[in-house]
Amino acid sequence: MAPAKQKILLPAILLANDLLDGDVIFWATRGWSVDPAEATVARDEAEAAVLQTVATAALSRGEVVDAYLVDVTLRDDGLPVPNHFRERFKIAGPSIRQDLGKQAAFAHLRGRA
Amino acid sequence: MYRYDQFDEAFVRERVAQFRGQVARRIDGSLTEDEFKPLRLKNGVYLQLHAYMLRIAIPYGTLSSAQLRQLALIGERYDRGYGHFTTRQNLQFNWPKLRDIPDILDLLADVGMHCIQTSGNCIRNTTADHFSGAAADEVEDPRATAELIRQWSTMHPEFDYLPRKFKIAVTGAPRDRAAIRAHDIGIQVVRHPVSGEVGYRLFVGGGLGRTPMIGKLVRDFLPKAHLLAYLQSLMRVYNLEGRRDNKYKARVKILVHEIGIEEFRGRVEAEFAALDPAAIAADPEEVARIEAYFAPPAFVKLPETSQRLAADRARYAAFDRWVETNTFPHRQPGYTAVTVSLKPVGGVPGDATSDQMRTVADLADAHSFGEIRVSHHQNLILPHVRQDELYALWTGLVGAGLAEANAGLITDIIACPGLDYCALATARSIPIAQAISRRFASPERQREIGELGIKISGCINACGHHHVGHIGILGLEKSGQESYQVTLGGDATENAAIGQLLGPGITATEVPDAIERLVAVYLARRQDGETFAEAVRRLGIEPFKAGFLAAPAESAHAAA
Repeated sequence: MAPAKQKILLPAILLANDLLDGDVIFWATRGWSVDPAEATVARDEAEAAVLQTVATAALSRGEVVDAYLVDVTLRDDGLPVPNHFRERFKIAGPSIRQDLGKQAAFAHLRGRA
Repeated sequence: MYRYDQFDEAFVRERVAQFRGQVARRIDGSLTEDEFKPLRLKNGVYLQLHAYMLRIAIPYGTLSSAQLRQLALIGERYDRGYGHFTTRQNLQFNWPKLRDIPDILDLLADVGMHCIQTSGNCIRNTTADHFSGAAADEVEDPRATAELIRQWSTMHPEFDYLPRKFKIAVTGAPRDRAAIRAHDIGIQVVRHPVSGEVGYRLFVGGGLGRTPMIGKLVRDFLPKAHLLAYLQSLMRVYNLEGRRDNKYKARVKILVHEIGIEEFRGRVEAEFAALDPAAIAADPEEVARIEAYFAPPAFVKLPETSQRLAADRARYAAFDRWVETNTFPHRQPGYTAVTVSLKPVGGVPGDATSDQMRTVADLADAHSFGEIRVSHHQNLILPHVRQDELYALWTGLVGAGLAEANAGLITDIIACPGLDYCALATARSIPIAQAISRRFASPERQREIGELGIKISGCINACGHHHVGHIGILGLEKSGQESYQVTLGGDATENAAIGQLLGPGITATEVPDAIERLVAVYLARRQDGETFAEAVRRLGIEPFKAGFLAAPAESAHAAA
């Protein structure tokens, strides 16, 4: 499902789908968060390796599905925005229904994808 | 309509209970995702971009009003108040929670529905002509055949782990409205030219996806009683010899292509000759029982045409336009089959809200013997409507935003969910459909252009059937951007053809203009009464290619 990437481009965040409702979630300081603004940003390979370890552990514990690292660009306000349009849609929600998905809950996502 | 017997009922209930246990074990950690994924897929549960998705089987696209009301209820209680009708005549909910899915399956079982055969490498839900049992040109209602195949194929132990998924479509009419030659097996009910006996013509090896193929004739006439034995023979050849080492070469179309239809036919016939068809055929009593469920409803004897309808049409212009485009000749005098368009201008093709589903269910009860069909064009059909009740029906549809007069026209666009929902997609489909629909919104212009089928897929898996669109659009990724390839000359009917690529990929914003240019070529070159597809067949692709490439050639994308 996730694009197979050998080398992780930086900076990067870790996202996954929540086991129970499939919602897109992000690894943050205090565990998984539904808000991309809270995502932990890996800025070097060591930090990315930590995120990769978190992903592997979370998948093996079965608490999330489809966890993988996504390269991002940091907006001026610090919000990480995926570089690939697929993940921008994945985070925001359907571009045709602004009332659905995360964009409905988080103003900072609206009209961004 | 077919109703579950006690065996069906018990079987589906057992499956729900089994899945309930599997979901509980997944949630408590007893099952890993690797263990759970094949189990959830067997029950129609996918993971999309934003959430899980539940795909509900609607065998041969036939629904009762009670079933449609139940789908409305599920959409409201467990989803976001809408559902999406697909090109497989199924319904998808885009936002169910994993914990709720067993309860949803129980609600489905209450109305004789389930999600079996909507995923995995099995024989999938059998599809059929959406005008089955209604169409004036029909030899026989194909749904009894489709139901027989459904019962035979469901959990058939020999065919539950095929090399790849397997799709069968059935039509009962010479005019193919079920795209049978785009399926692994296409079945046409035919009358033998000499004996008059009703039997089957079978095609094999059709399919879209990354390697599109038109199905090839494998048997010109098969007696009805031999169907299951013949299908078993064909499936056996595929099951034994279809490739399992490469999923992209695993469909039966690849096997047929590689060994040739003559060789393939020879192997099937050899297998068939070694079987005893009578031992494999369904019990004639069971066949009769199934056929009885598809007996025509209690039609009233009426004159061929309705004076009341003529008067209503003369009185209301918008109604007249809708009757012209959205009704289809019925086999029963005084009746018609109605297309309820799920393609409002600028809307999402195939989406219906729970309220709209209830409206259609109520109107089906009032005007169509409680029956509804889902078409692979992503519309709903009310198959048996009295002509003199059309105005009352139309009024009800208008109130629910369901009276778009565009069946078969340029805004009646097929589009897969694309990257707005689907984890496999490489680009969005729905916004492209919306942009074209808005561009060609004028009813007068649509009618002037006439029959024209645009089909859009958001990846090469081709759920939007773009290969067989009169105009096909395929969304891909190119240099980190969404890019759209346009094909021309595809056809999903008995004149089945794969569209040809017109040129390099274009951006989303360039698509409506490109469609305009293709339409302009058609309008300039068409002869009297010639449809778009007919004009393309006569003229060939070149004049359209020139039109397609004529425009902003300087744009970076066109040059890329």
